[in-house]
Amino acid sequence: MPLASARAEKPRPQERPGFARLLLEGRAFFALIAIVTVFSLLSPNYFTVGNFLTMATHVAIFGILAVGMLLVILNGGIDLSVGSTLGLSGVVAGFLMQGVTLNALGVVLYPPVWVVAVLTCALGAFVGAINGVLIARFKVPAFVATLGVMYVARGAALLMTNGLTYNNLAGRAELGNTGFDWLGFNRLFGIPIGVVVLAVIAIVGGIVLGRSAFGRWLYASGGNERAAELSGVPVKRVQVTVYILSGICAAIAGLILSSQLTSAGPTAGNSYELVAIAAVVIGGAALSGGRGTVRGTLLGAFVIGFLSDGLVIIGISSYWQTVATGTVIVLAVLLNAVQYRRRIKLPPSLGGSNGSSTASLQSGGKQK
Amino acid sequence: MSAAVARDLPASDAILSARGVTKSYGNTHALKGVNFDIHRGKVTTLFGENGAGKSTLMKILSGVTTPTSGTIEYEGKPVELSSATIARDYGISIIHQELSLAPNLNVRDNIFMGRELRTPTGVDFAEEARQVRVVMAELEEEIEPTTLVQDLRLGQQQIVEIARALSINSRILIMDEPTSALSAAEVEVLFGLIRDLTSRGVSIVYISHHLEEALQITDFAVVLRDGLITATGRAGEIDMEWIVRNMVGENFDLGTPPTSRASGEVALSVSSISVGDAAGSGNLVVDRLSLDIRAGEIVCLYGLMGAGRTELLECIAGRVPMVGGKVALEGEDVSRLSIRERIARGLVLVPEDRQRDGLVQTMSVGQNLSLANIGAFVKRLLLSTPLERSVIDQSIRDVRIKTANRQAPIGSLSGGNQQKVVIGKMLAAHPKAILLDEPSRGIDVGAKAEVFRLLSEQAARGLAVVFSTSEVAECLSIAHRIIVMRRGRIAAEFDSSATKEQIMAASGEAVVS
Repeated sequence: MPLASARAEKPRPQERPGFARLLLEGRAFFALIAIVTVFSLLSPNYFTVGNFLTMATHVAIFGILAVGMLLVILNGGIDLSVGSTLGLSGVVAGFLMQGVTLNALGVVLYPPVWVVAVLTCALGAFVGAINGVLIARFKVPAFVATLGVMYVARGAALLMTNGLTYNNLAGRAELGNTGFDWLGFNRLFGIPIGVVVLAVIAIVGGIVLGRSAFGRWLYASGGNERAAELSGVPVKRVQVTVYILSGICAAIAGLILSSQLTSAGPTAGNSYELVAIAAVVIGGAALSGGRGTVRGTLLGAFVIGFLSDGLVIIGISSYWQTVATGTVIVLAVLLNAVQYRRRIKLPPSLGGSNGSSTASLQSGGKQK
Repeated sequence: MSAAVARDLPASDAILSARGVTKSYGNTHALKGVNFDIHRGKVTTLFGENGAGKSTLMKILSGVTTPTSGTIEYEGKPVELSSATIARDYGISIIHQELSLAPNLNVRDNIFMGRELRTPTGVDFAEEARQVRVVMAELEEEIEPTTLVQDLRLGQQQIVEIARALSINSRILIMDEPTSALSAAEVEVLFGLIRDLTSRGVSIVYISHHLEEALQITDFAVVLRDGLITATGRAGEIDMEWIVRNMVGENFDLGTPPTSRASGEVALSVSSISVGDAAGSGNLVVDRLSLDIRAGEIVCLYGLMGAGRTELLECIAGRVPMVGGKVALEGEDVSRLSIRERIARGLVLVPEDRQRDGLVQTMSVGQNLSLANIGAFVKRLLLSTPLERSVIDQSIRDVRIKTANRQAPIGSLSGGNQQKVVIGKMLAAHPKAILLDEPSRGIDVGAKAEVFRLLSEQAARGLAVVFSTSEVAECLSIAHRIIVMRRGRIAAEFDSSATKEQIMAASGEAVVS
């Protein structure tokens, strides 16, 4: 990585005092506060519990994808296939909900919802494993491997439904497969299940990264793969695992999204991988690997989500939202560069954009 | 050959000079006030051990880096060589120790890289090829301009590198270890060429570890040690003994050679292993080499660049595949195990290139130290912070790392302390045998002494130690045995009573007649 490979012998600049540094390191957090403040002033509907919960359910989808993406990016890779995996997972879940006809036995199986969820996650893991094996074993560059898988997964989803959408996901009580809407509509202590799932994934992710041997291996192999390998880190296993986990996250996001929309379409999740990458980058992670935290990534996801929904609420054109998204991402990357150049050995910390702008793709979540 | 220079020569003998040049990297001082003259139309040879500052000085004179302080004078006038391009405009070119060719391009495109002969319709490839043929004819090499560089032997690649420098009308040509990859016949051609060039007024700076070879071509000798010039002399006034004495200097105490042989059991046994070269050409860089190291024994592996030391050590550690042979640790065959499994059984490597292979720059001192030994503080799937802390603090104390605390960024440490982190990390894995590839590379003399003291202590506790070096003085510091490698084989084996001259002679460095 160009930033971290800067000569280590150079004298380390002294810790920059106080405010500027705080602002730089906590930029995603301050950006979020700024976004909430500005939109609350602009619209009376923004600062309400109802709106926050609505926005949070949108953030949940991207947040879950972004946590998976973070693992891949920490490893120094990239996973472009998560949007397609999300779509394929939704379609497969929809297909299973319609019942599986076994011609040989002459029966139609209606798996219960939890079986559907498990099978869908297994599918996500399988897609991730294909990515991982291509990259770790066959040395295909991550960008290319996941680009290919992105197309294949999308194509598979379209083939399965012939381009159509499964609209009936409710199941039937007499078949015992109701409850698919639970993920999208139910609440736990008033909090939507999607947000709860995001929180659980984030907490588990945070523990894995901070407190497990796997997490340490991941940071090490992303920071310097050669040194990690010579220190006995199973770098190939780590690499395959992060893509599997990313695939599982995509499948979970696919389940929640199709439950929220009460339909499973083959084009769901189109270009969501880019939003996930943006969230990770705004969260201060380095695309070259080895730096980044779950906390930063979550902040990044909330920055994008709250900004984009805020722009919708105050009625800004979606074209401008697109421009704003791009601006946020570029600013975030610029600030990452500043942070890692000045203070090369900064511990992976929260970070992000300086919060002037937005993301438009967020609103797509509820339209599909 | 277009390198001829016909200009009115000023009276001064020096064409390019460094005046009071210093260069610091953080706390490391690579050069400490150097005055160095490149003599017009002569070969000025720079002698010095690894880390003495030769390469840094040459990088400054060729505009690759800028000095921390001091001035560069060209024809007696101060100049700013702030980039390699500017240096090239002054007719200064450098042939680097590591080849700087693009292997995917052909010879012609490499030679004209960055200064293509442009015409309104594109690049004039025919004229470029013609000029390449002219230069190659002078070098007495039959290399077609359209051959891909990756298809050439290393020696031929070196020739291409030289041809590139010659083709830009260099008035000053710096050659950093130009012969390390050349065959004896090619060296002869190169020397003939150097004489030819100097007779036409080109000034040469020549750097080589092959002292005897370099002496043949030297007009002026300059010896650099620890960032200072320790001696200068003209050809005729100097000999091998003079060079070695000034290169090595008063021995800094790197440890006392042990007198008795280690008597432990054989810890690491290498039998008849071979390693192919990286290009996959079928040449063996390690050639059916066998070696036994006992517990508590320190073995020094000496050899020139390209002798196969790094490949041997990396092969034993599992980093590069072996073509044949067997590696056994305490009698158990580990030849088929992964690096990870070898570390678990107690066979570890401290790699040559700290930055590239040793450290994770994004992690703290503590996280680097504990990386090879994570298993020791995992409790019920999670890392135990108190246990990790105690492991890290123990390591910091054991290998005496000077660091603010365990959370300090790894880049905040000096080179010597970074090296101790890499060694400490591997020692934390409780090895039975440790391999160290050039552990003293790029660290100052004090840190060297500490590293060697550390290795002696560990050996006294029963660890089998193998370290490689290209500095003779280090061979005679703490090692029980000195193995001299040459072209992938063991050329000679000495005990600690060997002399520098014997060791250098065996490596092919100094052919004592």
